Amino acid sequence: MPSTLFEKVWHDHLVTPETPDTPAILYIDLHLIHEVTTPQAFALLREQQLPVRRPDLTLATMDHSTPTLPGASFKDVAIVGASAVKQISQMQKNCADFGIALLDHDSDDRGIVHVIGPELGATQPGKTIVCGDSHTSTHGAFGALAFGIGTTEVGHVLATQCLLQRQPKTLAVDISGRLGAGVSAKDLILAIIGQIGVNGGTRHVLEYRGAAIEAMGMDARMTVCNMSIEAGARAGMIAPDDTTVNYLAGRPQAPRGRDWDSAVTRWRRLVSDDGARFDAMVSVDVARLGPMVTFGTNPGMVIGINEAIPDSRGDPSFRKALDYMQLVPGKPLTDTEVDVVFVGSCTNSRLSDLQDAAAILKGRRVADGVTMLVVPGSQQIKEQAEAIGLDKIFRAAGAQWRESGCSMCIGMNGDTVPNGKLSVSTSNRNFEGRQGAGARTILASPITAAASAVSGRVADPRPFLREA
Amino acid sequence: MQPITRIRSTTVVLPTRDIDTDQIIPARFLTATSREGFGVQLFHDLRFNKDGSPNPGFALNQPAAAGCAVLVAGNNFGCGSSREHAIWALLDYGIRAVVSTEIADIFRNNGLKNGLISIVVDTQTHQWLLDNPGTEVEIDIARTTLRFAGDKTVAFQLDDFARYCLVGGIDQLGFLRQRMPDIENFEQNRSWTP
Repeated sequence: MPSTLFEKVWHDHLVTPETPDTPAILYIDLHLIHEVTTPQAFALLREQQLPVRRPDLTLATMDHSTPTLPGASFKDVAIVGASAVKQISQMQKNCADFGIALLDHDSDDRGIVHVIGPELGATQPGKTIVCGDSHTSTHGAFGALAFGIGTTEVGHVLATQCLLQRQPKTLAVDISGRLGAGVSAKDLILAIIGQIGVNGGTRHVLEYRGAAIEAMGMDARMTVCNMSIEAGARAGMIAPDDTTVNYLAGRPQAPRGRDWDSAVTRWRRLVSDDGARFDAMVSVDVARLGPMVTFGTNPGMVIGINEAIPDSRGDPSFRKALDYMQLVPGKPLTDTEVDVVFVGSCTNSRLSDLQDAAAILKGRRVADGVTMLVVPGSQQIKEQAEAIGLDKIFRAAGAQWRESGCSMCIGMNGDTVPNGKLSVSTSNRNFEGRQGAGARTILASPITAAASAVSGRVADPRPFLREA
Repeated sequence: MQPITRIRSTTVVLPTRDIDTDQIIPARFLTATSREGFGVQLFHDLRFNKDGSPNPGFALNQPAAAGCAVLVAGNNFGCGSSREHAIWALLDYGIRAVVSTEIADIFRNNGLKNGLISIVVDTQTHQWLLDNPGTEVEIDIARTTLRFAGDKTVAFQLDDFARYCLVGGIDQLGFLRQRMPDIENFEQNRSWTP
């Protein structure tokens, strides 16, 4: 019987299938862990005197509470807040006590967990990947089944390398057309969320398909899959192809020699078969898609850069969101003054994202009164960006060039948007208070964010591209 | 986990749609390393003014909300981040069940691991509950029913295994560990290794 990509990966990992009485036991190939969602899970292991069953399948780093101010390591930089200091030292102790290799503050391989997994080649097609972090969906860009879990389930995976799971449904997202100049993967995924809604994917695993996806590099595909959770989806997946295989070739944790050949043969079969049945399907045409920006307090409240903010039509939740954002219906966002611009996060902090932003900033200045942070997703990306001189472009433009980490996406490390200030951010969530108490967030692509930094107002990046 | 068979309580109502876990517990409180004490930070930025005083307009600050164990919320409650701290904060505060027309997957799943139950009801029942804050409801876990408005009863969906664990106070990690022979067998017999 023809199968979907999801079904192939799911069935390949069933220790025991589900029955009406019991969920399936699903084997996990890669467990990513970070400092925020694991301390209580390790405490449980200690309480029950259990070891970590497969430290070799566990990849550990610290990214949320870690400072990004320049310095050789965070030994030289103050960690913000006593509890963050404790959380970081607890992570170091937990990894040491349980025999897990930690990519610590002195590691050249450290960075945001969803950036370094792929970068190290640990993320591979056909794997099951989990993390106590909802943006684990990012890794689905490689044809892995990757999803976020809570801390109790982190404990289950640490202790057994397995999870109890009911089989989710499938939703095919067919994307026709090609993206135009100045329009990126971020605009595409924001448009999809706008179309299906912030709960449009609930209980489903999404598979993104079509010409626009095939044309994308891995960085862009990760941006798309990263935000699957913002549509409520369990996971997002893209079938592996030459682009995927070429990306992984030679990465430190990718298979080698004969193992590589057999892995690639196996990966090539990870496509949805002709005639495979999905529980639901949706079509999106991107041929005329322009840059997208959010205007409200969830990623589904999104419009084209030149479109007017819609009317609330008496909907109190909608009105509450506009009140929080201090925005009024009927006008586009392009008049709105910007205080802070953030380029970074597991959504948009990879080399091509930084190149997109640098292309706009080259030879230009960040507008007076605007604070701009550029935070690479990993130390490797930082090094690659510096090797091609991107740091010099950002600094010359008046932007701050930082060490890697989650930074202002979640504001746990001291990098926050001040109360009431407006931020144009390449991150994934414009929730109330997400970037700091009272912070107002507009989500956008790196190109749009950079154009807005230069303009001092939310800006359509396309005229900048024509001038360049 | 303590067995849970029945929850009887008056309701507190938050009608806003898409209340995300950042609103349930803001990220700046997530540097804590234990599960305890998150109740004081529950809905922090909605519940308290900038000067730290309680916001009298927020539902949880109404006198009638004191002691309520059932939260009736707008559609798509608990969306966003996977933080289990959201569940710990609700439980620590005293909320034991959330009722809505849609509840986000990870939130619902995290809740069941801790004894917080997500109940999805039809729009008509939901609307009645939104319109009648402070009403008494009774949730029967074994029968998966919600009684409201005196004598009205609706059934809700609850995974059989989750129900078995809740009613029996069964620890899911214990269940998984009993299946260790199956897990070892899977590892030894798979066609490729990660």
